[in-house]
Amino acid sequence: MKERDLIDLENVAYTYSGGELLSEMTLSIASGAFYFLTGPSGSGKTTFLKMCYGALVPTAGNITIFGQDLRAMTRDDIALTRRRIGVVHQDCQFLDHLNVVDNIALPLAAAGQDSLADGANLKELLNWVGLGHRADALPPELSGGERQRAALARAVIMSPDIILADEPTGNVDWEMSQRLLQLLVELNRMGKTVVIASHDLSLIRAAKTEVQARVLRIYNKRVQLAGANL
Amino acid sequence: MSASKDDSGLPISHDGSRDRVVPPTGFTAGLTTFTSAAMAFLVVFALALALAADRLSDRWSAALAGGATLRILAPAEQMDSQLAQAVQVLKTTPGIAEVRVITPEEQQALLEPWFGPDLPVDALPVPRLIDIREDGRGYDPQGLRLRLAAEVPGAVLDDHSRWQRPLVKAAQRVWALGLFSIVLMGATSAAMITLATRAAMAANAQVVAVLRLIGARDSYIASAFVRRFTLRAFFGAAIGTAAGALAMYLLPSKKDQAMILSGLGFQQLQWLWLLALPPIIAAVAFFATRQATRRELRRLR
Ligand SMILES: Nc1ncnc2c1ncn2[C@@H]1O[C@H](COP(=O)(O)OP(=O)(O)OP(=O)(O)O)[C@@H](O)[C@H]1O
Ligand SMILES: [Mg+2]
Repeated sequence: MKERDLIDLENVAYTYSGGELLSEMTLSIASGAFYFLTGPSGSGKTTFLKMCYGALVPTAGNITIFGQDLRAMTRDDIALTRRRIGVVHQDCQFLDHLNVVDNIALPLAAAGQDSLADGANLKELLNWVGLGHRADALPPELSGGERQRAALARAVIMSPDIILADEPTGNVDWEMSQRLLQLLVELNRMGKTVVIASHDLSLIRAAKTEVQARVLRIYNKRVQLAGANL
Repeated sequence: MSASKDDSGLPISHDGSRDRVVPPTGFTAGLTTFTSAAMAFLVVFALALALAADRLSDRWSAALAGGATLRILAPAEQMDSQLAQAVQVLKTTPGIAEVRVITPEEQQALLEPWFGPDLPVDALPVPRLIDIREDGRGYDPQGLRLRLAAEVPGAVLDDHSRWQRPLVKAAQRVWALGLFSIVLMGATSAAMITLATRAAMAANAQVVAVLRLIGARDSYIASAFVRRFTLRAFFGAAIGTAAGALAMYLLPSKKDQAMILSGLGFQQLQWLWLLALPPIIAAVAFFATRQATRRELRRLR
């Protein structure tokens, strides 16, 4: 494991009742880098990300997160680790009875750091993702793009080292996906490691002008660094 | 709801966040309150019964400790020998701790209030008395009567307190049954509240998953449920206790000659026991909910 690797996978495999989904995955997520994770639907992108934040344990091989062996981590260790990993879930997931601003501040509340959530910072964060006017809305009232942006705001509020975004542009139009991509690129420029899982190759091509991204492709259960031609 | 509108701009306030991360829990809330109220109400009666039984058994035990009396009515010339014979028999009877012959002077003192100081006790066919104290085991009255009939013809065993022994036993059993019922009610409350908690967690599986995802520890998630159910249980128990206490207070009092029922109730400081009921039931709910939430959480990574 190199000094600046945040997450290391060593010979990782994931098998479920339906068979082997991923196998012989050996790779490192380097600090400060920008990754795309691509592959056909059902190839295991979400499964890979879930292992990276400890929601799934590989059936073989080892994962090291911030230098800790995932298998040796307690439930509290995992909780604490997730405060350093911003996750944008594929289907977002909010507390539907709390408004947008409360949802975004939830990680702070859960970490007992409510005092850090000073109003100005939250407003700034909301404006940054373009939701300043939607602070009081409930999640079910949001559009697809607004949900994705709210999820991104929640993912970054703890100022994590790494952001794992699963299909962040899943159900939004081209313009909105460019806006979301722009936000993630900005975060990367601020020094955050970014991993975006997406099967949308046009998004990845468009990003190439903005950021030097490494493209990981899941193909035939294996992960490989994709060449220049996508 | 919208804390973001206040001037501080702080969203979920420090104290309130845990209580708000879980949405209102619907029927499980009502179930918990109702169960706690019902159990508290029942515990009030079980407690009253146990306390009343305890009082009765105390009173009857005190009477029992008085033991028995042996009366000897014999011609004057045989009196002393029969008395000595009786003492001999009593001293060799297992289960008798102490035998004391009431002296003529004491008897005179006993009779004085009725017959005046000048009563010539010696000249009257007044029976002589022997005071018997049992030890813990107690003696066999049937066997003693048979022996006395054979050896001391003028002796009559006056076993006045003996009939109370089964009553004391019964009272003690009622007391134990009362306590057992209280323990059962506590266990039932714990079981019901555990079920309610698990139902609430299942209904809020999405909330729990989101909290886990954003880095909330189990203790944080659990406390959101635990606090809620503990407060509900306390509130319900307070209502149930108050209702039970009122019902007890309105029971017919001694003046109404309601016999055994007049003993059922709380006396003076015993009412204070009731104050302990809501906190105890809340504690039961606290531990039951904590146990249930922790177990449920462990299924989820
Ligand atoms: N524990 C499991 N039980 C059953 N099926 C599973 C399990 N884990 C993964 N799968 C299956 O493995 C496949 C890969 O799922 P995954 O969500 O990782 O793919 P994906 O690349 O993210 O797909 P998409 O692009 O559609 O989001 C799916 O078909 C899924 O049903
Ligand atoms: Mg997926």
